[in-house]
Amino acid sequence: MSGALRSERFRAEREEDWRALDRLLKKIETRSVRGLTDDELLALPVLYRSAMSALASARATSLDLALTRYLESLCSRAYYFVYGVRARPLERLTDFLSRQLPAQIRSMWRETLLSAALFTIGAVIAYILVMGDPDWFYSFMGRQLSDGRDPSATAEFLRNTLYDGGKDDGLGALASFLFTHNAQIALWSFALGFALCLPTAFLITSNGCMLGAFLAVFVSKGLGFEVGGWLAIHGVTEIFAIILAGAAGFRIGWRVGFPGAVSRLDAMVAAGRRGAIVMGGVVLMLACAGLLEGFGRQLIKNDLARYGVAAATAIFWGVYFYFPRRQALRGG
Amino acid sequence: MADKTKTPKVPAGLKRTLITPEGVDLGVELAPLTARFGALVLDMTLLLVGLFVFQLLINLVFWATSEKQPPELVTIIWFLVSFIARNSWFIFWEMRPAAATPGKRIMKIRVAMRNGGSLTADAVFARNVTRELEMFLPLSALAGGAAAASGSLGGWMALAMVVWTFVFSLIPLFNRDKLRAGDLIAGTWVVMAPRETLQPDLARDAGHGGLVFTQAQIDAYGVMELQVLEDVLRRMDRQVVKDVAARIREKIGWITGADETDAVFLKAYYAALRERLEKRLLFGHRRKDKHDISGLK
Repeated sequence: MSGALRSERFRAEREEDWRALDRLLKKIETRSVRGLTDDELLALPVLYRSAMSALASARATSLDLALTRYLESLCSRAYYFVYGVRARPLERLTDFLSRQLPAQIRSMWRETLLSAALFTIGAVIAYILVMGDPDWFYSFMGRQLSDGRDPSATAEFLRNTLYDGGKDDGLGALASFLFTHNAQIALWSFALGFALCLPTAFLITSNGCMLGAFLAVFVSKGLGFEVGGWLAIHGVTEIFAIILAGAAGFRIGWRVGFPGAVSRLDAMVAAGRRGAIVMGGVVLMLACAGLLEGFGRQLIKNDLARYGVAAATAIFWGVYFYFPRRQALRGG
Repeated sequence: MADKTKTPKVPAGLKRTLITPEGVDLGVELAPLTARFGALVLDMTLLLVGLFVFQLLINLVFWATSEKQPPELVTIIWFLVSFIARNSWFIFWEMRPAAATPGKRIMKIRVAMRNGGSLTADAVFARNVTRELEMFLPLSALAGGAAAASGSLGGWMALAMVVWTFVFSLIPLFNRDKLRAGDLIAGTWVVMAPRETLQPDLARDAGHGGLVFTQAQIDAYGVMELQVLEDVLRRMDRQVVKDVAARIREKIGWITGADETDAVFLKAYYAALRERLEKRLLFGHRRKDKHDISGLK
């Protein structure tokens, strides 16, 4: 018998395979799967399985700690790849946009209606209250947010704020501030939903109130038509996004309250996973709204054109989310 | 009772079992929060540097065309572009085969599914969309967002929200698996992904160096001591080698030969001890340490 230990021979017989697997993994990790040739791709599962069985025997028969550690790390790396992410990011993105997002949003139509109803109720109530007594305005809107556009402002000042975007950067900054503000409202509506929908309902309604109060100020100065265009050009997208975020929040809250057959936590996690998809869409919509607000509104000063853009966005989102598709029929 | 799906028993440390379909336990180790925080800081630094370079390029374009840069462009870049950049950064990198952002790679950690299954793109997406809630929201709530919220929502509500947003981001501190809210929703966790290199077999180049040990001398130690010895031999710190060699010589009553160095002695003893212990392992007995005397004659 030679002087070599059994575990030494064990290693010597397989070492070449391990190194080959190591090289393949390094290639995948630094570049991507497409960096592999067909032969390498075929060799990979074979090498993976032999490394796995080597790890099992090494644990049982070898006392070389460094070897076991090496095999553990090698096998983990191979494992994560062999059972790893399937789709490529780009494919994944198209699938998300073309199929998943609309499907999830459609599946939340009840929550969306509830959310939209609360928003509208808030807006209508605030509108009526502020039209009746302008002092109500201050209970709905903070001063920073309205930036001087309150009942005490002159019609002339208000008109200027609608068309005079670029000159002083006040409105430009306000636009991006509103973007972040509304994005926060949207995210909070989603995040707070789990508390049995109550914070979400509050946020959505109060956001509706702000809109109602804001509109009332302009309408009372005879600028109703103009402010409509100013708001709708991005507002259609933005408000729709907020309503959807509220819907996702309501879904979570509802599942926490009424989990059905599964445990409360599992129900929440499942709703959260669907909600996260909707929130992906919401984030996208908010970004679109931000662009429309930042560029579209600065460039388009004509009221009718603004309404035109608003109508176009409304039709776009409506068709994109709710137009029935073949997958939906098959899935149902 | 039966349908309460509580995880049966989770160890308190960072080690978790992960049984592959081949039936081997890969023994994943969760990434400590410090490593994850470090990775986050690295990623954010890279993103910020990227944004600054982007801003510089924009400035350069305006300077070259000698136009005046509209001030709102700066805000748009910093709100919109950073928003898009930070969201796509994490998703893009974690969907790649290494499932780790550059920061995570440097810290040698990666994202994996808790159930050991394949990391789906949905999961990556879900865990990163919630990042906005856990991280950027509390940050923006602190950096002036609080003032805005107090304007529209009232001070108490704003305070409650700031507190709440931080509760959200502190979740990893309060569960055993160190899950963020995003991990919780997506079914993922973050694990160590060490890249070990294959080191030379110590028993191979040792031979026995001409040294012969008696059975009793070899039986002085168990597996634990063997692996400590392995560690010592791989590090080759001169002082430690000297001390350990002296300890072993004393314990087994070894008389040092004329031209026998500490390293040669230790390597020879390591090879002999491993041979003995592995042989016993084959017969089904794993001698834990020197105190384990079961099965010895």
